[in-house]
Amino acid sequence: MIPATFDYARPQSTDEAVRVLAEAGPEAKVLAGGQSLLPILRLRLSFPELLVDLGAVDALRGIRQDGAQLVIGAMTTHHEVVHDPLVRAHAGLLARAAATVADPAVRHRGTLGGSLAHADPAGDLPAVCLALDATMVVLGPQGFRTVPAAEFFVDYLQTALRPDELLTEIRIPAMDGWGFHYEKFQRVAQAWAVVGVAAAVRPAQDGRGIAEARIGLVNMGARPMRAHLTETALTGADGSEEAIGRAATLAAEGTHPPTDLSGSAEYREHLARVLTQRAVLAAAGTA
Amino acid sequence: MAQNPMRDDPTPPPALARTSAARIAVNVDGVAHLDEVEPRLLLVHYLRDRLGRTGTPIGCDTGNCGACTVDLDGMSVKSCQVLAVQADGRRVTTIQGLAGPDGAWHPLQRAFHEQHALQCGYCTPGMIMAARDLLKDNPDPTPEEVRDALEGNLCRCTGYQNIVRAVLAAAAELRREGAPEPRGKAAGAPRASGQEAPA
Ligand SMILES: Cc1cc2nc3c(=O)[nH]c(=O)nc-3n(C[C@H](O)[C@H](O)[C@H](O)COP(=O)(O)OP(=O)(O)OC[C@H]3O[C@@H](n4cnc5c(N)ncnc54)[C@H](O)[C@@H]3O)c2cc1C
Ligand code: FES
Ligand code: FES
Repeated sequence: MIPATFDYARPQSTDEAVRVLAEAGPEAKVLAGGQSLLPILRLRLSFPELLVDLGAVDALRGIRQDGAQLVIGAMTTHHEVVHDPLVRAHAGLLARAAATVADPAVRHRGTLGGSLAHADPAGDLPAVCLALDATMVVLGPQGFRTVPAAEFFVDYLQTALRPDELLTEIRIPAMDGWGFHYEKFQRVAQAWAVVGVAAAVRPAQDGRGIAEARIGLVNMGARPMRAHLTETALTGADGSEEAIGRAATLAAEGTHPPTDLSGSAEYREHLARVLTQRAVLAAAGTA
Repeated sequence: MAQNPMRDDPTPPPALARTSAARIAVNVDGVAHLDEVEPRLLLVHYLRDRLGRTGTPIGCDTGNCGACTVDLDGMSVKSCQVLAVQADGRRVTTIQGLAGPDGAWHPLQRAFHEQHALQCGYCTPGMIMAARDLLKDNPDPTPEEVRDALEGNLCRCTGYQNIVRAVLAAAAELRREGAPEPRGKAAGAPRASGQEAPA
């Protein structure tokens, strides 16, 4: 399968990329790792006139610490996220989930920014960044703006990014001392999640109870979601299996999961409850 | 931002202004090529149709099967998931670049032969390129780690058992040889490097 024709540009800076995008208008598209975009072009589901390849913008790659925040360049690959010592130390949940994305060859090319901008509700990383209260740094013709993850994911494959904007950085508050776990239910080894649950738990001072919990849900609606009722039920809960199990029964409240070949909406709601219990138990255990 | 330790070649590719026909410089299996390509040309089609290097097959054409796996600057990639323009300024190693200058097979190629790790052989180039990627970081993998590393490579014939055996056997041989391949170094001696192929 061969994509329809398009022009190509490879700027070396973010300013240049934004300028090229603005000149080209809405028919231009950003190319990051290409692991979602190239299949779409080959299937001729999209016909951009211009691809703006960010592959030469080195400023968009890499991971650094800025005070209590981890700053990840949008073009940082899944592979780099998985192996980065800073991510492992301060945002272990992200490293854990990124390791479940696709397979090694796709992880060598696919980027964190691309995953978030693509906003597939079955993608692992949007829900994780939502659970981590990440902030997206966005650059457009008018300059930089920041968008909290809770406002970034708008609808199915839709984000708050405008066509002339770039996602440049993802800022994640360091969550030192939190326990975490990513529970992904998939049919075969390399597959998208039927349902996924990302859990982060801050242990109480006494070391047994739960002070605070964050739960991100994958593929439980048109966009990634938080299981807010479960989170509330876990706040101040003792860390017992019963308490966690009770809170997990609320995990599918307010979700609108799809029915497709991998499962019905009811099945997904069931999965969300079971996987939430497993994920929180594991997260409370690793705290 | 800090320089990326994962990339063996920290120099970014050259900037290109908007174009409908890009000039690219790619080193494939030790041979430098200069070509003009349409931006939509996939790397796998460039390798097969332009350069005639048909050792890299196309299986699914959707990024799932891994048959088209090659090494791009030291990292395994699915060459149906990369544009030829994205390989500009980079080095590609295909299954055809693994044998030594005297034609001696790479230990992975030998092991796949000896362990009967293929039936139709369609998946084999991708399997070997993915296994080679694993062994760069992990010269002594467990069977489980081999299976994880090959999760993006589908085989419809063998049932995988002999593939895993072959990778473990090749790993043992590479350890005996004491020459693990570092990331980013093309295998085998470079041949006729610096030559230009006609476009
Ligand atoms: C076989 C296979 C299996 C996969 N399995 C999984 C899986 O299990 N879980 C999962 O989460 N994902 C999976 N993926 C998708 C993978 O995570 C992709 O890497 C990711 O979705 C897209 O990242 P990319 O860098 O390749 O983006 P691209 O494909 O280059 O771009 C995707 C979209 O985002 C836009 N975009 C990219 N970067 C930016 C930016 N910086 N600013 C503005 N817009 C931008 C592009 O214009 C495009 O619309 C799979 C992919 C394949 C091929
Ligand atoms: S042909 Fe490239 S992954 Fe199947
Ligand atoms: S040997 Fe036939 S697909 Fe693997």
